[in-house]
Amino acid sequence: MGWNGSCVHTGKKIRFCLKTEKGLWVMKHIAIGILGAATLGFMGSAASATTLDTVKAKGFIQCGVSTGLAGFSAPDDKGDWQGIDADFCRAVAAAVFGDGTKVKFTPLSAKERFTALQSGEVDILSRNTTWTINRDTALGLNFIGTTYYDGQGFMINAKKLPGVNSALQLSGAAVCVQSGTTTELNLADYFKANKMEYNPVVFEKLEEVNAAYDAGRCDVYTTDQSGLYGIRLTLGSPADHVVLPEIISKEPLGPAVRQGDDQWYHIVKWTYFALLDAEELGITKANVDEMKNSASPEIKRVLGQEADTKIGTDLGVSNDWVVNIVKAVGNYGEMFDRNVGSGSPLKIARGINALWTKGGLQYAPPIR
Amino acid sequence: MASQEVLREESSRASFINDPKIRSLFFQTLVVIVLFGSVWWIVQNVIDNLQRLHIASGFGFLRGRAGFDISDTPIAYTSDSTYGRAIVVGLINTIIVAVAGIITATIIGFVIGIGRLSQNWLIQKICTVYVEIFRNIPPLLVIFFWYSGVLAVLPAPRDSYHLPFGSFLNQRGFYFPRAVWGEGSWLIFVALLVGIAMAWFVARTARQRQMATGQQFPVFWTSVALIVGLPVLAYVLSGFPLSFDLPKQSTFNLTGGFQVKPEFLSLYLALSCYTAAFIAEIVRAGIRGVSKGQTEAAAALGLRSGSILRLVVVPQAMRIVIPPLTSQYLNLTKNSSLAIAIGYPDLTATAGTVLNQTGQAVEGVLIMMIAYLILSLVTSAVMNVVNARMALVER
Repeated sequence: MGWNGSCVHTGKKIRFCLKTEKGLWVMKHIAIGILGAATLGFMGSAASATTLDTVKAKGFIQCGVSTGLAGFSAPDDKGDWQGIDADFCRAVAAAVFGDGTKVKFTPLSAKERFTALQSGEVDILSRNTTWTINRDTALGLNFIGTTYYDGQGFMINAKKLPGVNSALQLSGAAVCVQSGTTTELNLADYFKANKMEYNPVVFEKLEEVNAAYDAGRCDVYTTDQSGLYGIRLTLGSPADHVVLPEIISKEPLGPAVRQGDDQWYHIVKWTYFALLDAEELGITKANVDEMKNSASPEIKRVLGQEADTKIGTDLGVSNDWVVNIVKAVGNYGEMFDRNVGSGSPLKIARGINALWTKGGLQYAPPIR
Repeated sequence: MASQEVLREESSRASFINDPKIRSLFFQTLVVIVLFGSVWWIVQNVIDNLQRLHIASGFGFLRGRAGFDISDTPIAYTSDSTYGRAIVVGLINTIIVAVAGIITATIIGFVIGIGRLSQNWLIQKICTVYVEIFRNIPPLLVIFFWYSGVLAVLPAPRDSYHLPFGSFLNQRGFYFPRAVWGEGSWLIFVALLVGIAMAWFVARTARQRQMATGQQFPVFWTSVALIVGLPVLAYVLSGFPLSFDLPKQSTFNLTGGFQVKPEFLSLYLALSCYTAAFIAEIVRAGIRGVSKGQTEAAAALGLRSGSILRLVVVPQAMRIVIPPLTSQYLNLTKNSSLAIAIGYPDLTATAGTVLNQTGQAVEGVLIMMIAYLILSLVTSAVMNVVNARMALVER
């Protein structure tokens, strides 16, 4: 790929050295679009190394996250990134390096995210991003699965707007929304389908939308429902705001990688499946070491304790990769509870995000 | 003999290498080859990489359905319109804020610039403080000052400030009655055009008469009477066809009337105030650049100070002022792309959204660059024409 400050071989022995990483970091905040265009222009044309090799060589995974969405990816008071999306990157780092801390986070706005992944600035995009066909095809991405099943909703200030208890009463309202999202498109579709008028107030960054809504620039805030619960906590007086019952879209949120590198795609995808399988088999952060000696052949196989196992090495990681993942972040259920569920301020119920064995949609193929 | 021949041959070869004409030709050709080679290499790389990464390319996406709404739409636009139209809407918004900003910045700039040269101590100091404040703050902060500091703290729609003539001011913007033109109102526009044409003709005739006979004519008041009087007359004659759509309170916002959104207002005010500080300095330099003898000579001819400024100083100062003024106009147009910070749908914002929804970064950025380039070139061209006309006054 010729990336990360390495030198690029281009055909006839021309060595083109770019100090890309630092230069790009500065540029990104000016215009990621120009960056992407320039990057595509200067990138070597011959793919030289796989993502796994590049990641191993630099010693960490560069993970694209949001600029701050509670429960998914937001820095805590110590500056460490917390949330499901951040933890997912830690899980991949644990699978690759055996150490969940070998991750560096890049906060990206909705508008910057795809260019950052396409151009190679990040190795994984784990940023509450909706899986759509357009993104899987025209944008050259590969979504690995749905780490959180979500749907778009509306939030209003019930104190200022008493009597509004349905999204169908919102005709004529000013609606705050983040640009460059599926949310923006669903919003237009929903109001059009219901023959209602609205006044879009569009910002590029989540913080700008939050500030505008809090200041009363708009009547309604729309984004994924999980996001609304997270954002409500950051507002001046959270108790005044209510999330309306309507869910107007399917928003399967999941991590994505670049196309063209099946090995990396499989590592990220099976990290997600391993988190689910661990929960299904009852392997937790606390009992993972005991579980290694379990009598169940399935648990032993998943944890890489089978004699002469090649499951991990075939994937391109070590055989105790699942042990490392669970030690780093726990299983999927633990990750959910800690970040958005009962153990978090958001208190979101598992709902459709429960395992298939408990009536939810989370289902993983077997590790064998 | 032989050695001499060799010497001559060598000297002629040496002169060939040292010939400045051939040398410069050689190096110019080399630069052109390297330049085109690099451009070709970059373009090839872009194409290769896009194909390798399976990213869609080409400009076909411009015909696709946009699917998102835009808050300020000067031309008809819905979510069913194309991506191409969305970009055009953004471009027009950029032009609107740039033109409005340029006009206001020029007016404020001239007033402040002349004020800094005033004999009045207070006026002079106020103008100096204005220039020093706005010249030394980044434009983005000025925009945030207007958006978050002034307009966001206005009351909510329910508690709007009621202003004269049925206007309202609240945190959602400035609302004023919108004129609704009824049947026969075309007569008013015709009358206005006739009035302007007649005023221009009167001014020309009066100037010619003054040149020939020295007699003056009250051109200003005649023009006002023509431009205002004729449309009013037409309004009465056509049976009062004008009515007003007043803003009214509804569930969420004020509806009806004309709304100027706070995003536009703050961008427009910020760009005007910021650029005006620079224009003021340019105007001051221009006036200072006119020799003091000119003012004294005009005073000796018995002209009043207002006439001296208008007839003698400013026309000469304009020759110094216009070239740097062009740069300020270009700066203002380009600074309007800071709109993205407060959500005004200018070219950068809408093209950025299109870029993000389609994922075609290379094409999106290219369109933006070309659009800003064309805007800047047109501004420069217009200002060059103005400059050329001003320069003709010179002997």
